[in-house]
Amino acid sequence: MNPYITNTPQEVKEMLKTIGVENIDALFGDISSAYAPQSFDLPKGLSEYEVMRHLTELSLKNNVHVVPFIGGGYYDHYIPTAVSSLSTRGEFYTAYTPYQPECSQGTLQALFEYQSAMCALTGMEVSNASLYDGGTALYEAMMMAIRTTGRHRVIMDGGVSPIYRKIIKTYTHHLSYQFEETPVVHGQSSREEIYRLLDKQTAVIILQNPNFFGAIDDLTDIIEKAHSVGALAIVSVYPISLGLLKTPADMGADIVTGEGQSLGLPLNFGGPYLGFMCTRKKYIRKMPGRIVGETVDSKGQRCFVNTLQAREQHIRRDKATSNICTNVSLCALQAAIFMSIVGKNGLKEMAQLNLDKAEFAKQLLSKIKGLEVKRSAPTFNEFTIHLPQDASGVVAAMMQRGFAAGFPLGRYYPGMERYLLVAVTEKRTKEEIERYAKALQEVLN
Amino acid sequence: MELIFEKSVESRRGFCFGASDVPTQASIPSKYARKEDALLPQVSELDVVRHYTLLSQKNFSVDTHFYPLGSCTMKYNPKFTEALASLPGFRDLHPLLAQLAGGERWTQGALQVLYELEQWMCEMTGFKNFTMQPLAGAHGELTGIMLMAAYHKSKGNTQKKYVIIPDSAHGTNPASAALAGYETVSIPSNKEGGMDLEALKAAVNEKTAGLMMTVPSTYGVFEPNISEIAKIIHSVDGIMYYDGANLNALLGRARPGDLGFDVMHVNMHKTFATPHGGGGPGAGPVGVNEKLSRFLAISRVVKRDDGLYALDYDYPESIGYIASFYGNFAILVRAYGYVLMLGREGLMDTTNHAVLNANYIMKKLAPYYKVCFDRICMHESVFSAKVQAARGVHAIDIAKFLIDQKIHPPTVYFPISVPEAIMIEPTETESKQMMDRFIEKMIEADILSQRDPAAFSKFPMTMPVERPDEVKAARDVKTSFFLPAVTDAA
Repeated sequence: MNPYITNTPQEVKEMLKTIGVENIDALFGDISSAYAPQSFDLPKGLSEYEVMRHLTELSLKNNVHVVPFIGGGYYDHYIPTAVSSLSTRGEFYTAYTPYQPECSQGTLQALFEYQSAMCALTGMEVSNASLYDGGTALYEAMMMAIRTTGRHRVIMDGGVSPIYRKIIKTYTHHLSYQFEETPVVHGQSSREEIYRLLDKQTAVIILQNPNFFGAIDDLTDIIEKAHSVGALAIVSVYPISLGLLKTPADMGADIVTGEGQSLGLPLNFGGPYLGFMCTRKKYIRKMPGRIVGETVDSKGQRCFVNTLQAREQHIRRDKATSNICTNVSLCALQAAIFMSIVGKNGLKEMAQLNLDKAEFAKQLLSKIKGLEVKRSAPTFNEFTIHLPQDASGVVAAMMQRGFAAGFPLGRYYPGMERYLLVAVTEKRTKEEIERYAKALQEVLN
Repeated sequence: MELIFEKSVESRRGFCFGASDVPTQASIPSKYARKEDALLPQVSELDVVRHYTLLSQKNFSVDTHFYPLGSCTMKYNPKFTEALASLPGFRDLHPLLAQLAGGERWTQGALQVLYELEQWMCEMTGFKNFTMQPLAGAHGELTGIMLMAAYHKSKGNTQKKYVIIPDSAHGTNPASAALAGYETVSIPSNKEGGMDLEALKAAVNEKTAGLMMTVPSTYGVFEPNISEIAKIIHSVDGIMYYDGANLNALLGRARPGDLGFDVMHVNMHKTFATPHGGGGPGAGPVGVNEKLSRFLAISRVVKRDDGLYALDYDYPESIGYIASFYGNFAILVRAYGYVLMLGREGLMDTTNHAVLNANYIMKKLAPYYKVCFDRICMHESVFSAKVQAARGVHAIDIAKFLIDQKIHPPTVYFPISVPEAIMIEPTETESKQMMDRFIEKMIEADILSQRDPAAFSKFPMTMPVERPDEVKAARDVKTSFFLPAVTDAA
């Protein structure tokens, strides 16, 4: 049974008669019997309520009841209810890419508003209409910098998410680019190492703020140095932190990317998320992905269209700025709605709550014997602690006590097995933070 | 309609975070602090709800309109799959939880979904393994081409330089091949809509890395010489890449893995009814046969001897991470629910009725519009509005006429090899009554093109806006509320 097929047996008969064939099989005459499937062994269909029951049972096998202190670039922020009420409206949810602007002004205007809000947030002049996720957006930005400068050497700071760095390595493995990775010293980017490596062959320096360890920085000096040798600077940012932190535009960044999950998207076990990219207006024609632009219709009324499409694969094919076609429009819509509801003051307050709660957690944790809160650089809502034992074991023990205690850095940084990355968002209550500190003390002593 | 920014009133708010319950009041050292507030809108929740509700009403969508967009497969998206993706046990699950030591125990349900969906995809397509990671079809293509590159590297095939692509291919095919470092060679089609075998033979040599092919092609035609083509490509150790854009025409009728393909991607929204969201998020899982299995992206989801599902990173020849996590999980859950509900017979029915509906429309319109390939089609058919264009009415004009009839236009000007192309894909979920109405309107457009071709320049007349000035949009670039239009931004 397939309840989504509407043709009745009588209609099927009529249609076959119109076409002039005996039965449906006759429509597949081009597929010779030699091509018949060797097997097509799939389960029998179920009713909607049976599927619901099965998936509900599966969902309950996932532990979402632990109190999360885990981040790593993906955070447990509150999402105002109106975000999903609006984004699941069928008119948005079941539309296609807006190829016909007259009957897609809803999606187009919402994407224009998303682009505008991203510009407000990052301080940059232009934004595209989204890319897949924070990691692939950083890869696209790197390729854009290589295209723009015509150079092939890339310097990547060790504080950039190790997940993003792994993605970039995969995509460039077969291309002849030269990569340099610089270490993080006292929590922040190593100026000394970066300046030693920056030269006239360098296409781009890739930085992140706050970095993977949670440390914040002012990258202005590094970016100036990069510009002095003709290299571009990419900064990957965490949008909520921009409620309080110096903007990448103020630091002089050329391309800004990041993971937009924190702007109103659920954690979803890894996706869909929202890759964003902003740049200076002079680089707009080098930017990958769809861009929505304002124009007027034949009556002179304001309207919106996909613009600068000559950069894109459906026009330029193998010479395009990227192969991207479908992006994550619905996620960009969610972010636009989120940023509108939270608004100018709300974003600041949200960021301040994150900062205050993380600082409170730091205070409590620093009282635990044998545990050291790394304080060499200021942080936003995530910070690194050093434990007297392997962090993985501590996290497992904390799970038993009802906490996702953080992310053990040894997973991606060999030699850092005793370090734990701890995130505290606005959703964590004083009581939860106190219980967390108490449980951690019990586990350690 | 005003922008949300233009509705902003100083100090108005849409959300209250409440007072802090911790005693700490911290501040960012001024060196690191933001100087000016981000100028996000200051609006109430009602302002936001009304604004985006009214905006949504300016869209055509599958929920509101017939959407026969060829090659894009705009079928109905069942509502229950949205509920599945919203289950808290999936929605609120942190992806890094699975990477903690012993973390698989906390994420068994999610891993089981990924594991079983992989098994089903293998069975439906005839491949050995799938990665669920690619985040959209084009992302899957790039992944597939990187697998091709990894294969050639492992074989020491250093001379491989070219990927062959038919002229009817989606633009993403050559763009993906180029991103992976290959040059592309275009092959023309023959009169029947298949691949020109002589041209293929002439193009294939030791430098051929592989072939990317959509089957059925974007002409809506099944390639009858597929085994012969596979033989030619394999004879030079090339890789056969199947673009799964049109897999929805083949469920239960043929499997790419059996046809001689080595690797494929699947556009989940086309075959498994996940929503398109106005341009994503999508999902583009990639399947491979034995030959390419060991290069597949990590992590992979495995079922261990103890019966637990787990992430496995131990594949030394893997191309590595291609996305941050395990794919667009919330999209994959929807596809999982859809497959489970329809089952074997229901899935085969989708293909049967998609092809039936496409042929019905083709037959009915053939007397009025020039059919590109006069034969039974698969899930879509391609016409050329040449006859109408000679009267001064182009494919785009017919598209705009349909908008006024409250029908989303078919795909126009694609495939690019067909002049004045109109590509129609009704999908299996549309009723005969709706298709009859569409047919009637298409015939009206043809009649009007004879009687009053000049009338078309006014269409659409019933939408919130008329035809936009796209040249101005590209010349006086304005892409943000905050940026004045930049003339000649280059």
